Amino acid sequence: MTTTLDFMVGAPQGDKPTAGDQTVSNYTINFGPQHPAAHGVLRLIMELDGEIVERVDPHVGLLHRGTEKLIEYKTYAQALPYFDRLDYCSPMCMEHSYVLAVEKLLGLEVPLRAQYIRVLMAELTRISNHMLNLGAHIMDVGAMTPNLWLFEVREDTLQLYEAVSGARMHANYFRVGGVHQDIPPKVLDRIATWLDTFPKIFEDAISLVADNRIFKQRNVDIGTVSKEDALAWGFSGPMIRAAGIPWDIRRAQPYEVYDRMEFDIPVGTRGDCYDRFMVRVEEVRQSARIMRQCLKEIPEGPIGSLDRKVFPPKRAEMKQSMEALIHHFKLYTEGYHVPAGEVYVATESPKGEFGVYLVADGTNKPYRCKIRPTAFSHLQAMDFMMKGHMLADTTAVLSAIDVVFGECDR
Amino acid sequence: MSSPAPLIKEREGFADAFKVAIGSAYVTHKDAVGELTFTVTREGLVEAARIARDQFDYQQLMEIAGVDYPERAERFEVCYHFLSITANHRVRLKVTADEETPVPSLTGLWPVAGWLEREVFDMYGVVFSGNADLRRILTDYGFEGHPQRKDFPLTGYVELRYSEAEKRVVYEPVSLPQDFRTFDFLMPWDGPEYRLPGDEKAVPQAPGAPSPAPAASAAPKVEAKAPPAQPKTTDTPAKTGAGAPANKEATKAARKPAVRKAATSGGKATAKAAPKPAPKKKSPAKPAKGDA
Repeated sequence: MTTTLDFMVGAPQGDKPTAGDQTVSNYTINFGPQHPAAHGVLRLIMELDGEIVERVDPHVGLLHRGTEKLIEYKTYAQALPYFDRLDYCSPMCMEHSYVLAVEKLLGLEVPLRAQYIRVLMAELTRISNHMLNLGAHIMDVGAMTPNLWLFEVREDTLQLYEAVSGARMHANYFRVGGVHQDIPPKVLDRIATWLDTFPKIFEDAISLVADNRIFKQRNVDIGTVSKEDALAWGFSGPMIRAAGIPWDIRRAQPYEVYDRMEFDIPVGTRGDCYDRFMVRVEEVRQSARIMRQCLKEIPEGPIGSLDRKVFPPKRAEMKQSMEALIHHFKLYTEGYHVPAGEVYVATESPKGEFGVYLVADGTNKPYRCKIRPTAFSHLQAMDFMMKGHMLADTTAVLSAIDVVFGECDR
Repeated sequence: MSSPAPLIKEREGFADAFKVAIGSAYVTHKDAVGELTFTVTREGLVEAARIARDQFDYQQLMEIAGVDYPERAERFEVCYHFLSITANHRVRLKVTADEETPVPSLTGLWPVAGWLEREVFDMYGVVFSGNADLRRILTDYGFEGHPQRKDFPLTGYVELRYSEAEKRVVYEPVSLPQDFRTFDFLMPWDGPEYRLPGDEKAVPQAPGAPSPAPAASAAPKVEAKAPPAQPKTTDTPAKTGAGAPANKEATKAARKPAVRKAATSGGKATAKAAPKPAPKKKSPAKPAKGDA
């Protein structure tokens, strides 16, 4: 009787046994759910042939918190903070889709200053998100220093977040009808100063890897995706642009004041991990460009809709006006009623198309709020992107997807 | 369009052309808030989607969303969101389903439909025929029920914790220290529709009209006052501004320390003194402490 041990150490198998021969068949390994390179709680069941990946089965949902269900039990204003907790690396961009969806259903006008502030903060968020992702990507393929430098920049963005919204991460800053607080001139000034200083450290960090031989060996031609595949697999954001399709919702379906902004859309040529990385690098520069334009053009004016049935009055006004007090009370208890209807609003979040499908039934709570995460579609494509690559390339592909599980699992 | 939502231009003549192209699969369509929604039959879904992709250039399937309407005969709606990046347009296809009837899968047209359908199956229990990998995706391994259904409670049915005794995670029925609190705030905010007699002259407020907020000029003016010449202090009771006491006896009694008060006046201390029998008399048991 052949024991497993005999089988493993090379008992004669097959026709021509040679000394030291081993029979290796496909085997399965479990990657995650607690793995530093899994960017959260991803579990990958990988079928390997030697070191070659044959099949990947991502198991998601380990961070499922039932956000969509919870939102159905909250008023429209109460549902907003849940969005910060989706993609916790770019919280304001998550809020953006939601407030735009509600505003679209309400047909609500938003003052120009609020729109500029939102664009400014959305682009700051994009820089913040890319700092984390680019750094993590570099570190996942083996380099340490740039990550530490990029975290410096990310820390600056979080400081600015705090100066603007009062919170470093879960900002809860965008509101239906505007934004929560005005940005004082001093803080705008601080943002402007930062925009002049951060590119140096950023370019320094990127220059360490962009032309680095080892970095290229780990990324070029890894996880290539053709244009057709990118369309069929529902790619969006940097993933579809890296595949060579110049699709950017900010340009194609402009929201807020993006139609007034000048910016370029970087595209990749080969659709590999290196292209995705470089697309994000260029997006950081373009985001800084948009932010500079915002700072230059931002007008004075109110930062929230003047429709008091949706946007709460200022506190000083409440001290004087009875109506304002009533409105405040009603808005923070009952909330506003959104006319029945359905909308799907997608914005260009740093990771791709982040959509909110909102079904309203005319009450003060959403009937259904479906969140379209970016990572869901991208992660599904892991299987075909990884096919035939080495096990060590998993981290590169995963980082280039830019997956955050708060958003993927909801 | 006044809201700052993403601007999607209307696609000229698309609605009519698509309606003709999908033929018998067409049920109804609507164009609301600038978004086009086609309801199609379940049988015609795959063909309609193929026509949308091949003839009308909707290259991408971005999202599949389920919605639950328990009061309807076919309670589930499955909404497919398509995006055309060449025509720069979005369209939504809808089918209805119930717990048993399967919806044909779109995995043959878009591989991305695989996970999206898995999610709808997981959350609502809508079955997709033709999806080769219809496992649960977001919920726990071995989860029972479909959490997004309206009749599924927000708290769920089971909770889990790590059991120190059994050295593993155990599942138990949900027990909440406090019930989930919901408040019904629904009421007409803008007042009744009818008009009371005598109100004929008043102009009714248009729905959604801004309230008469005070004009900007009337904003509260907070002027920095110079500090008073002499800071106001209250060093003695005489300076409180209360004036002379009306009843001097009562004031005196009130200012006595509590101990002396209890000893002298029997009136107010009754509640406290009653349970203790004669505090002044020494109890005979007390010296003999150890003889119990």
